Amino acid sequence: MEAASTTETRTATPPAKKGITDRAKAERKLAWMLCAPAVIAMLLVTGWPILYALYLSFQRFDLRFPDQKEFVGLSNYSDVLTSSTWWSDVWTTLIITVVSVSIELVLGMLIALVMHRAIFGRGPVRAAILIPYGIITVVAAFAWKYAFDPTSGFVAGLPLISDTAQPLNTKAGSLLVIILAEVWKTTPFMALLLLAGLALVPDELHEAAKVDGASTLQRFFRITIPLMKPAILVALLFRTLDAFRIFDNIYIIQPGGALGTESVSILGYNVTINRVNVGLGSAVSILIFICVILIAIFFVKALGTSTAQQRGEEA
Amino acid sequence: MSERHTPRERAFWSIGILVVLLYALIPVAWMLSLSLKKPEQVADRKFYSGISFKNYEVIFSDDTFLRALVNSIGIAAIATIISIGLAAMAAYATSRLDFTGKTVILSGALAVAMFPPISIVGSLFELWRTIGLYDTWLGLIIPYMTFTLPLAIYTLSAFFREIPWELEQAAQVDGATPFQAFRKIIVPLAAPGVFTAAILVFIFAWNDFIFANTLTSTDNARTVPAALAFFTGASQFEQPIGAISAAAVVVTVPIIIMVLIFQRRIVAGLTAGAVKG
Repeated sequence: MEAASTTETRTATPPAKKGITDRAKAERKLAWMLCAPAVIAMLLVTGWPILYALYLSFQRFDLRFPDQKEFVGLSNYSDVLTSSTWWSDVWTTLIITVVSVSIELVLGMLIALVMHRAIFGRGPVRAAILIPYGIITVVAAFAWKYAFDPTSGFVAGLPLISDTAQPLNTKAGSLLVIILAEVWKTTPFMALLLLAGLALVPDELHEAAKVDGASTLQRFFRITIPLMKPAILVALLFRTLDAFRIFDNIYIIQPGGALGTESVSILGYNVTINRVNVGLGSAVSILIFICVILIAIFFVKALGTSTAQQRGEEA
Repeated sequence: MSERHTPRERAFWSIGILVVLLYALIPVAWMLSLSLKKPEQVADRKFYSGISFKNYEVIFSDDTFLRALVNSIGIAAIATIISIGLAAMAAYATSRLDFTGKTVILSGALAVAMFPPISIVGSLFELWRTIGLYDTWLGLIIPYMTFTLPLAIYTLSAFFREIPWELEQAAQVDGATPFQAFRKIIVPLAAPGVFTAAILVFIFAWNDFIFANTLTSTDNARTVPAALAFFTGASQFEQPIGAISAAAVVVTVPIIIMVLIFQRRIVAGLTAGAVKG
């Protein structure tokens, strides 16, 4: 994101005069005054609670026994990291994330291509894909849950599908339904981000390659994809982080993360809110926070390399 | 135009468009169909089995649902107004003014956009209970406002960059202060962008489940997504499929209508914020 903005021409600001004029000083002061409320709100509501969570994660703190609150060092962390629940939840979360984001990338790209290249009907397609975007995740989760319901869902009544198929009674089936609900709801966002990337690929390159005899597929993989790499990475970054935090869909489709569908966010919720073990829950929260930072660093690094490469090629 | 395309091409695109339409509409159609069924028809697995408004009567005579609807609308609307107000000021500064620390602010906003809410619900749960914000409107407005700020700032900055800058300079040459230039010139020009950002922020707040679920406990502040999750029928262990579907349709239809009316703007807003930001 940062890299993309640097390529834009900054017509907005007049070139700096020699020294700091009164005008520049006033401008800087105004800028800080305008930013201050938003910055303070973001710092207070994310920074402070995360520090508080860090503090709580070093305490034995169970709301059922508030008197026994005491400093226990890293023992909450060792409890979490040596429990098989944490690792199986990490594994479940990673499976959901990788599978759903991969499907979204392919589907999102197809939908973006339909919107970009369709010879007619772009309007209806755009309207249709905004429907999942606008729907509350909890509502979408109910819709899919009821679609797969063994007694009343329409899926079990479809031809080619066994009437006794009960995906929600097995772990694999439940994960599939959860992934389906996740993919359905968030593919439109992926498609729109990719569409914006597609619009940045110059048509002349395609024309030139066509003249040279490149097939449609060759043009897609040799021209479109490489030029879209930054847009793809940005879309993947946002969707991966979002999928890793998955909560709503699982909560509705398999309440409490039953049948081994528990994600790390559901675990954090169960420990902190249901079992009111705030100390242990805070350790889970901090570990999730660290995972998110690691994922973000990975993608931001990849983005940096890919934009640097592109700039190198252009120069 | 159309003569250049072969029947095969037309068929290919028609199928593609049809698939996308079915993809988007099937779950919505299923929800609508369930909501219109009589209780004894729920298990018939059909998309259409007559129309009965029984489920709608049930939910509209249910205080829990009506309270949740009022909470959802009120909380999301107030959070949207505050978020857009704060974000508009910050976006104006980052897109129009030159100052040190701009990159820090934009990166910070990006970091908040990636922040996992689950990491702070425990602390907020604990803090809110101590200071009396638990199960209140304000207790939800504060996190919604904060978590929508990055989206609002990026979307608004992208729109603000498109605004003709000379007009503001002209106003300043005529003796307006930077603040007057902001209020009298930029605000009216920015209104469409602000409106778009407001829709995106409202949808975000309207959609939230994790804060609504953890920071509320009664009808006092429980929003629709949380109310739906706790909705139980006559028997505690059986979810009333028809009533939940009707409630789902009621909260979905206005958003779908809004999204369809403003589709061009929403697409522009979502892509502008992400790509140009």
